[in-house]
Amino acid sequence: MRTSGRTRKAAVIAVAGLAACATLITGCSSDKKDDPKSTSSGSSSTEKITLHVGDFGSFGYDDKTGAALYAEYHKLHPNITIVEDAVSDGQQYWNSLKLHLTQNSGLDDIQAIEVGYIGLAIQPNLASKFVDFKTVAGFNADDWLPYKEKQATTSDGKVIGVGTDAGPTAICYNKDAFQKAGLPTDRDTLAANWNGDWQKFIDLGKQFAASKTAPKGMKFSDSGSGLFNAVLASQPTQYSDASGKLIYDTSAGVQTAWNIATEAVQEGLTAGYQQLDPANAWAAAFKTNKFATVTCPSWMVGLVATNSGDAGKGKWDVAAPPQVGNWGGSFLAVPKSGKHVKEATELAQWLTSAAQEIKVFQKFGNIPSSTKALDDPAVQNLVNPYFPDTPMGKIFATAAKNITPAPIGPWDGNVKDIITKNGILDMEKRGTSKDKAWSNAVKQIKDTVVE
Amino acid sequence: MATSVRATSDGSPPSSRPAPSTSDQRGSRPPGWRTRLYRFDTKASPYAYVAPFFILFAAFGLFPLIYTGWLSLHQVELGSHAKWVGFDNYTGLWDNEFFWKALRNTFTLGVLSTVPQLLMALGLAHLLNYKLRGRGFFRVAVLAPYATSVAAATLVFIQMFNPDYGMINQLFGHLGFGHVDWESSKWPAQIAISTIVTWRWTGYNALIYLAAMQAVPADLYEAAALDGASRWRQFVNVTIPSIRPTILFTIIVSTIGATQLFGEPLMFGGGVGVTGGTDHQYQTLSLYMYDKGWNVGELGQASAVAWVMLLILLLIGAVNLLIARSNRRKLGA
Repeated sequence: MRTSGRTRKAAVIAVAGLAACATLITGCSSDKKDDPKSTSSGSSSTEKITLHVGDFGSFGYDDKTGAALYAEYHKLHPNITIVEDAVSDGQQYWNSLKLHLTQNSGLDDIQAIEVGYIGLAIQPNLASKFVDFKTVAGFNADDWLPYKEKQATTSDGKVIGVGTDAGPTAICYNKDAFQKAGLPTDRDTLAANWNGDWQKFIDLGKQFAASKTAPKGMKFSDSGSGLFNAVLASQPTQYSDASGKLIYDTSAGVQTAWNIATEAVQEGLTAGYQQLDPANAWAAAFKTNKFATVTCPSWMVGLVATNSGDAGKGKWDVAAPPQVGNWGGSFLAVPKSGKHVKEATELAQWLTSAAQEIKVFQKFGNIPSSTKALDDPAVQNLVNPYFPDTPMGKIFATAAKNITPAPIGPWDGNVKDIITKNGILDMEKRGTSKDKAWSNAVKQIKDTVVE
Repeated sequence: MATSVRATSDGSPPSSRPAPSTSDQRGSRPPGWRTRLYRFDTKASPYAYVAPFFILFAAFGLFPLIYTGWLSLHQVELGSHAKWVGFDNYTGLWDNEFFWKALRNTFTLGVLSTVPQLLMALGLAHLLNYKLRGRGFFRVAVLAPYATSVAAATLVFIQMFNPDYGMINQLFGHLGFGHVDWESSKWPAQIAISTIVTWRWTGYNALIYLAAMQAVPADLYEAAALDGASRWRQFVNVTIPSIRPTILFTIIVSTIGATQLFGEPLMFGGGVGVTGGTDHQYQTLSLYMYDKGWNVGELGQASAVAWVMLLILLLIGAVNLLIARSNRRKLGA
C-alpha cells in the first residue's frame, strides 16, 4: 500500500493514458463503422471500388465453393472488387439487417432478403431504405416468374429486390414402401392420380395406412406441418390479403390446408416430426424409415439424399405434387444509403440474370427464378445421381412455372409458425382435438399480432 | 482503507493550512501545488480505481434498465418509431393467459429445480466434509457440471430424454415402467428440464456449503458428541444452524437463477423451444420475453415482461431479507 508519490502519479497517468487509448480505439472503430465499407467514394467507371454483398447460408456466388461469379465480375469490371459478408443463420442475418436498416449503418452495398422476410421488407418503414428497381434501367419484372417479383413489390408499386432462386415444391416418396403397400410406384401414374386435389393425396395415404403389407412403424407422411405448408403454398389466398392485412381466419386457402393437414393427423397418417428441427430428429428418421413421403421443395431434395444415406439410394423418387406451390427463395436488394448504389444495382442485376442463375444452378442446384433460365436445357435436363432416372430439372422447372402468386403480408411468418407448431404439432404430439388446436392457435396469434 | 489514506495525507509534511503563511514569506509555490496534487490524488484516486466497474455498470446495467423501463411504456417495433401507450403493456400482461402460464411455469420449474438441488447439495457437502480418501478429486469432480456450458449439457440431456431411443426411456422399459413422452407432456418435460438445471448447479452449491461447513468450529461437534448426539443429530442441530446464512444466500442466488431460466427450456424444446413446447407447457417468463422481443419484434411488450421479472425478483429479495433479519435476531437472542 505504501507507494511513493511519484510512482502513484505515474500509475494515475498510465491509467489516464489507457483510458484515452481506449476511447481512441473505440472512436476509431466506430468511425470505421460509420464510414461506408467501400474504400473510396465517387463513381467514375475507372476508380477502384469494393462492393460488399451481405447474404446468409450459401447463395452459390462465391469463388471457392460456388460458381465463382465474383471473380468473373471482377474480370469484366477490373475496377470492382466484390467481398461477400455471409452469415450462416438466416434468422440471425435478418435480425441484424433489420437493426442496420433502422440505424442506417453497417449496411452492405447489396443485401439478400429471404422470401420469409420479404413481406416485412416491403412495409413502408423498411421499403423506403431500398432502391426501387422500377426506376433502374434494364429492369423488367417479366424476366422472372410472375409471382417472384410480385412478392418484392410494395403496396404502392415499388420493387425492392431482384429474384435469385425459387423453391417449387414436389412430393418425395419412398418407392420401396409404396411398392410394399401395394400402391403405384411410377411418378407419372401417381402424379396423374392425385393431380389437382390434395384430398386424393390423403386418400392414397389412407390406403397406405390400411395396407397390411406396408412396412411396420412407417407413417405415410413425415409431418402434418410440412403437409400444411405445402398445401397452403399452392393456394391463391394465404394468410394475408392484397393490402397485407391478416385474413388467416377467413382465408379459404388456410381453411383448405388446415382441413387436409388435420385430417392426415387425425387419421394417423403423419409421423409428427418437425421438418429441419434443430435436434435432428426429423433427419434421423429418414434412416429409420419412419415415413414414406415428404413434401419437398427443390432445395430439400439434397437433404432427402444426405439424410437417407447410401442405404436409401434409388429408393426415393420425386413426383409432381397435386398442386404446385413455392417454399423458399431469396431476393437481392440495394440499400439507398450505400456509396456505390449505381454499381451495386448493376451487380445485383447481373447476378440475377438468366445466364448467372444457370451457372449457380449447375454448380449449386438452386432452382432459378428467371423464366429464361428455367427453359434452358441445362436446367430442364438435370438429373440427380441419388435419384436415378428422375427428371429432377423438368419436374421442378415445370412446377416453378405453374405456381399461382398469392399476396403476402408482414405477419405471415409468425402466423405460419403458430399454426404449424402450436396448432398442428400440438395435435400430433399431445392429441389435442382439431377444434381446440385451432382455437389455441387463434388465441396465440391474437396475442402475437399487433395490427 | 479510509484511515490509512487519511494517515498518509496527514503525514505528508507541510499540510495546506500553514502553507499560505510560508509561501508568503518564501514564495515557494511548488510545495503548495504539490501538496494540493497529493491531496487531490489521495482523494480522487479511489474513485478512479472503482470507476471502471461503475462506468461499465452504468453502460451495461443501469442504462439498459432505465431504457427498458422507458420502452415498456411504449409500443415499439424494430424499425419504427416508439408510440407512447402508458401502462397498456402492463395491463395487457394482466389479462394475458400466456403470461400467467409462463409465470406458473417459472414457479413450478423453479421449485422443481431449486429444492432438490439445494437438498442434494447439502447432503453432498456433508459427505465431502468427512475425511475421505481422494477428497480433492471429489471436490473438483462435483464442480465439473458447473463448468459445462448450458448448450452442451442440454444437448446431452435431450439425447437421454429422447422418447424414442433415449437412455432414460430404455431404462424405464427394463424396469417395467411405461413409455414417457418427455417432451410433449407438461410434467415430464418440466421434470426433464429441472434435471438439467439440478445437474449443473448441485455441485456448485455443494462447494459453497462445504466452505461454510469447514468454518464451523470443531469444538461444537466435540461438545455435541460428548452429549451423545449421533452424526445425523450433529448435522441437524449443529451444522445446519451454523451455516444458515450461507443456506439463505444459496436460496437467493438459485431463486434468481430459476426466475431467469432460459437456455435449458429453449434448447430442450428445439424447434418449439421459444414457445416452450407446442402448448407452452414449459415456457418460462424469460422465454416469453424473448418470444415477444425477437420472434415477434414487439420490444415494448418484451420490456414490460422484463420489468415484471425485475419486480418479482425484488419482491423475492425483500422476503429473503425479512427472513434473514428475523434469523439474525434469533441468533442474537
